Amino acid sequence: MIDVDELSVSYGAVQALRGVSFQAETGKITAVLGANGAGKTTLLRTISGLKQPTSGTIHFDETPLTKTKPENIARLGVGHVPEGRGVISEFTVEENLRLGAMTAKVALAKGLAEQYELFPVLGERRKQHAAKLSGGERQMLAMSRALIAQPSVLLLDEPSLGLAPLVTAQLMHTIRDLCNSKSLTVILVEQNASSALRIADHAVILYLGRVVANDTAATVVADENLRQYYLGVVE
Amino acid sequence: MDAFLTSRIITDILEGLTNGMIYGLVALSLVLIWRSTGVLNFAQGAMAMFSTYLGMIIFAHDLSYWPLVAIAVFMGFALGGTTERVLVRHLYGKPEINPIVVMVGFLIVLEAVAAAIWSSTPRGIPNPFSPIDWQLQGKPIALSAFSVYEIVTALVVMTAVAVLFRFTKLGLQLRAAALAPEVSRLLGVRVSRMLTLGWILSTGVGTIAAVLVASNFFTGLNPQLMDSIFAFGFIAAAIGGLDSPVGAVVAGVILGIGLQFVGDFINSNAIILTALIILIVSLMVRPSGVFTRNTARRV
Repeated sequence: MIDVDELSVSYGAVQALRGVSFQAETGKITAVLGANGAGKTTLLRTISGLKQPTSGTIHFDETPLTKTKPENIARLGVGHVPEGRGVISEFTVEENLRLGAMTAKVALAKGLAEQYELFPVLGERRKQHAAKLSGGERQMLAMSRALIAQPSVLLLDEPSLGLAPLVTAQLMHTIRDLCNSKSLTVILVEQNASSALRIADHAVILYLGRVVANDTAATVVADENLRQYYLGVVE
Repeated sequence: MDAFLTSRIITDILEGLTNGMIYGLVALSLVLIWRSTGVLNFAQGAMAMFSTYLGMIIFAHDLSYWPLVAIAVFMGFALGGTTERVLVRHLYGKPEINPIVVMVGFLIVLEAVAAAIWSSTPRGIPNPFSPIDWQLQGKPIALSAFSVYEIVTALVVMTAVAVLFRFTKLGLQLRAAALAPEVSRLLGVRVSRMLTLGWILSTGVGTIAAVLVASNFFTGLNPQLMDSIFAFGFIAAAIGGLDSPVGAVVAGVILGIGLQFVGDFINSNAIILTALIILIVSLMVRPSGVFTRNTARRV
């Protein structure tokens, strides 16, 4: 479980998060939704240690994560797929995966075989440079690179960004399957609220750095006002 | 065949190749630091010279050549790592001119300190390789046991660096830390350690070049040992592309051979002038280096 308590983060004079609290339960998908500038990316960057909070705490089960270096948080089993995917274009597909597998406890060959089974297209293109992949393939590679480390928590930052609706739907489906089969704890940051809510168990809505809703995904979907005011979902 | 091997052209090529391998090694060491930390290390030659002194002088009376070489290279690792931690670490993210000024200053300090402690008189380093050119039917061929030693050592070091970067887990982390530090940290790579390691490796490679130059009977170990060689190595790195280890090595070898022809057929005073003209022209035509691949990056 990831327990975020009264978290505040600022960039100089700009406060990005103001007293954010929520819990992401083990084996569940928690969607973090909100418009541009709501503080979603900052939240993930603070959980994985890239940004230090001004106040508040984050715990992974019983372990405090604040003041821990990002590389050590990664080694604790927190995988972060950053916005824009962070695939290393100069590396081949396989080199990206080998880098991801560096901290894994299973043998490299086994890890690779598992990922190529999960994402066959990566197996077909394993010798190609990541720069040659399509947007969807890059997203798969970024996810796969995080998964090969066998994380227990997966932080996903806007995985649907720039993807066609059909590809997004497939991706969300994959995330749900992974969460179920490996009992992964997923924090899914999305601007595309409707596709995230389709697979999420829980939803947190951020608005200008504050939590304005923190409930089950079903409740959030049913709440007309939340959808209209904060998520821009109009039917 | 023998007449061909002792001809003027082949002689120039062989002599140029021997020099060029050393330029290539120095260029490679510059590329290693540039790629891992984005610092153009003007003190590279001086650091290599200083490590060679540390390794070769202190125990010179007690040990034979090979242990001394090992100590010198170890001193190179130590000096590289310490310099990164103490001097360079605070300069990351600052304007590019800052580390350049600091490293030029460090170059001057190291040369002055070396001259103050060990004097500027060249010292011969006894080694098992004869510098006398071999002969074919009474005519000298531009190869000696020593020049073969230089070429083979350079090739071994270059191959070792290539294998390290291409095929090992550590090399993968070194490359990743240089290309994408933040993403690497998210994957558990200890980026800060990788930066130090980049300097350790690079200074080690530079020191091997300095040991080879100092071991040369006609040069000897002296505080200005690496000045001109650093300049040629730097030019080779700039021509080959600071991002390209292969380019740096190839450019070093071509530069060595080309300049040998200039010295032989034109005038030895024209060597440095030609090198600078090559540098200026290549920077005008291909500012990022001749061997750098212009990969279009998608966002």
